[in-house]
Amino acid sequence: MSLNAFITKETLDGSDDGPLAGKTVAVKDNISTEGLRTTCGSAMLEDYVPPYDATVVELLKDAGATIVGKANMDEFGMGTTTETSAFGPTKNPVDESRVPGGSSGGSAAAVAAGEADLALGTDTGGSIRCPAAFCGVVGIKPTYGLVSRYGLVAYANSLEQIGPIAPTVEDAAALLDVIAGPDDRDGTTRDAGADSNYAAAADGDVEGLTIGVPTEFVEGADEGVEAAFWAALDELEAQGAEYREVSMPSVEKAVAAYYVIAMSEASSNLARFDGVRYGKSGGYDGNWNEAFARAREDGFGSEVKRRILLGTYALSAGYHDKYYAKAQDARAWVKQDFDEAFEDVDVVASPTMPVPPFELGESLDDPLQMYLADANTVPVNLANLPAISVPAGETDGLPVGLQLIGPKFGEETIVRAASAVEN
Amino acid sequence: MSDTPVDADEVRHVAELARVDLDEDEVEEFAAQFADILGYFDALDEVPEVDREDELVNVMRPDEVREGLTQEEALSNAAETEDGFFKGPRVS
Repeated sequence: MSLNAFITKETLDGSDDGPLAGKTVAVKDNISTEGLRTTCGSAMLEDYVPPYDATVVELLKDAGATIVGKANMDEFGMGTTTETSAFGPTKNPVDESRVPGGSSGGSAAAVAAGEADLALGTDTGGSIRCPAAFCGVVGIKPTYGLVSRYGLVAYANSLEQIGPIAPTVEDAAALLDVIAGPDDRDGTTRDAGADSNYAAAADGDVEGLTIGVPTEFVEGADEGVEAAFWAALDELEAQGAEYREVSMPSVEKAVAAYYVIAMSEASSNLARFDGVRYGKSGGYDGNWNEAFARAREDGFGSEVKRRILLGTYALSAGYHDKYYAKAQDARAWVKQDFDEAFEDVDVVASPTMPVPPFELGESLDDPLQMYLADANTVPVNLANLPAISVPAGETDGLPVGLQLIGPKFGEETIVRAASAVEN
Repeated sequence: MSDTPVDADEVRHVAELARVDLDEDEVEEFAAQFADILGYFDALDEVPEVDREDELVNVMRPDEVREGLTQEEALSNAAETEDGFFKGPRVS
């Protein structure tokens, strides 16, 4: 049986030579590909064919990569399992009764199963790192502003970044080298990364590296996950790194802050899918607001409706100060906690996911439980920081991911530290 | 439980603001789930006041003409068009 890793399988050839010549790449289906349909995992965009390439797609082609298809994903990136896709769930290649994680589940599954050498995912609250951890591959969420978002269909602009998924740290870093750098079509990009050589940092040298472990990130994790996590840290210690516990009380509020901000931004971003400017119209006539509401009822799945409604609620008169403004305070608090931690340590470590991969269908009925699984990944997006998930052993035959978080534009540091985990 | 009551009417009101029709089953399901989720969001009440270091500045530049999509390309995904415009639902 197929893993259902791709929504659309089609080959786009790149230029004849370049650093990715001969490499096949799966591209998440919320990244625009000229002439190749881009659905965001939604029935709303089932027939949408972008008239232009995203900047990262241009860069892939210029680097000689061959794009082999558009990878399955949670609808508009809203999910932690790839089960909210309108095109059916992707299976985890390690254990096909389990989810691959999400929302970039198709990208991670394709790489883990060898259906693509490399993949691009997007990470708004863990959507690259979670599936990388669940499928036993490497994923990097870059610093906000390192990679252009031009041509990425927006879900929550202030949080999301495009990043690489690969079998090894060095391969992931090499793909990041191709896509990183400023772009005048995305005003939030920075000069960092223009002439990067992150791949060269994958030298496995962690002599003298200091690792901070926030107790808040480890408490409550599954026992087998926790055991694999500490074993990985002991291994790094044996290679010359040292670790110490740090405290980051703000992260206890990170899930609530993240979801308020992401849902609020989503409620605004997804207003364009009204069946006239974008998306399926359904052919309804009459009052425009009613025609739009019916087209949106047909086109969106439950999780997308839930987030649009909750975001609308959080921004509505009387609730804005209670939810949105407080979430922004919490975001500033999380940033402050990370700043303080990085005064004493080089990287911050945690299990990427507090639990092993869910069984297919297990988490669909209880959205709040699904949101809580993002506890260790969302603080990174709130603080605009870079983080990598690298395989760190197993529990009951299922992959466990180690997350290493760096300071702003500290991609080399997390690549170096993660490469030592592979030793 | 949230100190913010969520009932079916509230869900219908927000759905109307968001221009998303819901069927009755969805309204009931969302009302129950929103009570849970908003109750969890109430934890934000305990967030302390934090000095935000606002390092953000507006970046301005003069307008300049650049190559963009043609009208045909821009309309290529529209369900209906007429004379180079998007065509909306018929009002009557």
